[in-house]
Amino acid sequence: MQLKTTLTGLLAATMLAGAGSANAETLRLLTWGSYAPDELIQKFEAEYPDIDVEVTFSNNEEMIAKLRATGGAGFDLAQPSHDRIYAAQLEYDIYKPLDLSKIDTDVMEAKLLDGVKENTTIEGEVYAVPHQWGTSGLMADKTKAPDFKGWGDLCDPAYKGKTSMRLKRTILLGTAFSMGEDPFAAYSDLEKYQGILDKVADKLIECKDNIKAYWKGGDDLSAMMLSGEIVASETWDSTAYKLYDQNENIVFVPPETGALAWIDTFALPRKGKADDAAYKWINFVLRPENVTLMSSSTGAIAAVKGGKDLLPEDKKAAVNAAFSDADIDNLKFFANIPPGVEDMEGKTLEKIKAATGG
Amino acid sequence: MTQSPDFDLECLDISKNFGAFRAVKDVSFNIPSGSFFSILGPSGCGKTTLMRMIAGFEEPTGGDIRIKGRSVLGTPPNRRNVKMVFQHLALFPMMNVYENIAYGLRCNGVSGDHIKRKVHDVLERIALPDVAEREIHQLSGGQKQRIAIARCMVLDPDVLLLDEPLGALDLKLREAMKIELKLLQHQFNTTFVYITHDQSEALVMSDNVAIMNQGEFEQIGTPQELYHHPNTAFVAGFVGDSNRWSGTVKASDGSGGKVETAQGLSMSFNSSGKAAIQEGAKVDIFVRPEFIKTIRAAEADRQGSDGDNTMDGVVDSLLFNGANSRVLVRTGSGELVESDITITGDNDLKPGEDVRLVWSSKQAMCFAHQEHT
Amino acid sequence: MQNKDIKRLSLILLFAPFTLWIALLILLPHIGMVLLSFREKVAPRVYEYSFANYLEFVNEPIYWNTLLRTGTMSLLVTALALLIGFPIAYYIAKIAGPRSRGGLFLLCLIPLWVSDLIRAFGWILLLRETGVISSFLLWTGLISTPIEFLYNDVAVIIGLVYTVILFMIVPLVSTLDGMDNSMIEAGYNLGGNGFTVLRRIIIPYAMPGIVAGCIVTFMLTAGSYLTPILLGGKNSSWFTEQIYNQFITRFNWEGGAAFGMLLLIFTSFVIWLGLKLSGQTLANTVAKS
Repeated sequence: MQLKTTLTGLLAATMLAGAGSANAETLRLLTWGSYAPDELIQKFEAEYPDIDVEVTFSNNEEMIAKLRATGGAGFDLAQPSHDRIYAAQLEYDIYKPLDLSKIDTDVMEAKLLDGVKENTTIEGEVYAVPHQWGTSGLMADKTKAPDFKGWGDLCDPAYKGKTSMRLKRTILLGTAFSMGEDPFAAYSDLEKYQGILDKVADKLIECKDNIKAYWKGGDDLSAMMLSGEIVASETWDSTAYKLYDQNENIVFVPPETGALAWIDTFALPRKGKADDAAYKWINFVLRPENVTLMSSSTGAIAAVKGGKDLLPEDKKAAVNAAFSDADIDNLKFFANIPPGVEDMEGKTLEKIKAATGG
Repeated sequence: MTQSPDFDLECLDISKNFGAFRAVKDVSFNIPSGSFFSILGPSGCGKTTLMRMIAGFEEPTGGDIRIKGRSVLGTPPNRRNVKMVFQHLALFPMMNVYENIAYGLRCNGVSGDHIKRKVHDVLERIALPDVAEREIHQLSGGQKQRIAIARCMVLDPDVLLLDEPLGALDLKLREAMKIELKLLQHQFNTTFVYITHDQSEALVMSDNVAIMNQGEFEQIGTPQELYHHPNTAFVAGFVGDSNRWSGTVKASDGSGGKVETAQGLSMSFNSSGKAAIQEGAKVDIFVRPEFIKTIRAAEADRQGSDGDNTMDGVVDSLLFNGANSRVLVRTGSGELVESDITITGDNDLKPGEDVRLVWSSKQAMCFAHQEHT
Repeated sequence: MQNKDIKRLSLILLFAPFTLWIALLILLPHIGMVLLSFREKVAPRVYEYSFANYLEFVNEPIYWNTLLRTGTMSLLVTALALLIGFPIAYYIAKIAGPRSRGGLFLLCLIPLWVSDLIRAFGWILLLRETGVISSFLLWTGLISTPIEFLYNDVAVIIGLVYTVILFMIVPLVSTLDGMDNSMIEAGYNLGGNGFTVLRRIIIPYAMPGIVAGCIVTFMLTAGSYLTPILLGGKNSSWFTEQIYNQFITRFNWEGGAAFGMLLLIFTSFVIWLGLKLSGQTLANTVAKS
């Protein structure tokens, strides 16, 4: 009943939300683990003594679930990925438009800013600007899997029982690309997309035998990789960089079909109460000296001009070991998820999990 | 070899130590077949340990236990034909009366029909033929008692142990059950070993009583022997009520003599202990209240006294209890003496009256003084 | 008259927190869940009332298979917890001295002092291919290549039994504690051997505790989330995971609510069945201990 209690608690919180009032001096951040390092918070609070920062760590799905539960109340600044703004706003009305004049958009990498704006504009209003970007791809231990280069290699019998993946939408998309499909293009034709998903599901069910286990978070993935229990896996680039720090043989491998790139954004929840503080935080973390601090915590690259150069030295080395310029050009940015796709993908994932394989 | 043994239960130098504590010290006794035997002692005297050894729940540290002539040392409790009625009866609350009684038969592998007949037989014998289907909590205290006995008797035990089974009953029921237990014992003609700290239970029901104190048997005998001819000061003090004086022997001829009590009173006695009482020895003297006569001082001189011990005092209070009424007399030296009197409601003693107490030296039991008795 | 009013008022005040708690945290959310579960999304921000979410469950074997699987595994965990917990409870209640009792209880309690997550990671450290057990066996020479003990149903069951066993032990200890020792001795005295005494006397006497422990254990197991997720393998689906997926991954609150209600109904049914079969009632089991 533990999950249920959480959910009922969530619902109860919904009902009580109206009663709880936020202190205007408090900035309530809803963001990813490591996206609000203590050092930065202290620095921010020193600069703006009348603002207290409260942080709730979460992930894309839970951020949306939390905001949906309250109709966008309870937080002043959220950081979902760029593909999680458009459909969520259409369906649940949980964000409010940004006042771009209050954000130093000049410092942002123009290509990323334009991409995010394009993805998150509804009826002329912009709902998000980019913060950090990174990729999902593969990692491999060069000494044990030197030829690892594509999503499909996870299912290569040569590595039987020595690979891992996360049973989430990323692997569906990656596998689709490796099978020569373009899932993002199929978003406009959900029937076609379902066809792709079915093919991907068959492939991944067949592949189940080859997988040691599905990883659930950075910790268990790191443990399996460092101990040598697996030699290659689907991964977030930041996790791979951290492992590179400990074992230079473990490198991030951008798949030959292109690493899947995500951009974490800044978005204002619809019933946020401290917009000014939120804008202050946005501009604060975009300053070059703070970007380095942030990136050393997140392992991701800031969406500012010269973001890669602002990485701390060790991360810079890991990125350079992983990406060539061609790889960067080959990035596949996650496309906006139209309504209904999450449900289709969720069902496909359930099917894969339930199928009996290895 | 095959001659049938005279005793259902024999204990030879049984002892039990718990670490350094000696709960039972070299106790020996035999119980003739078909008799009612009680072990009477204050709590903590080791009587429960002794019984648990007989039942097999404790292994003796030394000595031997024989049932029907065969040693049962090393025989687990469920293989001994000794059944036990527990202090709180330990009827199984999740079974009805029938199942409670049938339990032991089932354990012995008795067939279904047989069980049915035996259970109904035993219920007839305890005069509760209709309770078979009742639940335990629907029974009265006395009924429970009888069921607990029936549950054991249905197995035809060689010896039935009863561990203060009347303790939980109220006074009236306890009196009734005393008689009933005695009758049941007669009816089943099985050896009963009854453990109690209540002397009246032991005296009323038993053929023989063993008085136990600090892990040892002080005396074994019929209730009358114990009452009238106690071997030790402990037995004299424990069985029945007594007035008690401590003193020093001033003159002795071996079987009787004169004592001066600590309060300076002089009294004569007959020796009751086994050892002869020497002059100058410290002794305890016990006189039962029913052997002390209380006479108004005014009448005493006129009447004279047929006892050789007298003591003057003042009536302190009357303890009315019907036929067992007593008077408390405060003597010149300030102590209180109990004496049985008959209160008729007409011209009785009143508090404050001067009286004389009179008793015979034959009724004054004298024992060498023992510390802590 | 006034006195009576004051009494009534204080009674109301006394029960207000309890009533509020029941109403706000139990009744209201459940009513909310039921209403939610009957909604069907027809278009963005447009919903209709229907049974679609329940029909989806019926029509999709993956869902009811997972529910059945969760149910069977939970029953297995409950049975194991009972088998392991009963001797422990018996030892604590009947054999251990009063001083060692506290210590033993404490030992059973310690696992609950750390979070679910930490406990699961503890098992991961022990069971993984390069973990403590595998390495130890390798070192002793009993096995020649590392063995993966993690990521399978056995690991899930071990982890769950470990987590819930205390909830089995506590009610068992409290019922066994109330059992007069002489009841057991009477069982032997009347000719029963160890097995008979256990079967005919101790177990029937402890039945309320057994049933109470089983109910709590079963509910906890069927509703657990982290342990099956973290220790489970590629095929180890757990129904709570489905609920989570519906709510969080698929943004399908309506389906998730329906699944939540189904889990509640299913576990209630299993418990009802268990009570019927064992001839116990809620009043003399869970409510008692």
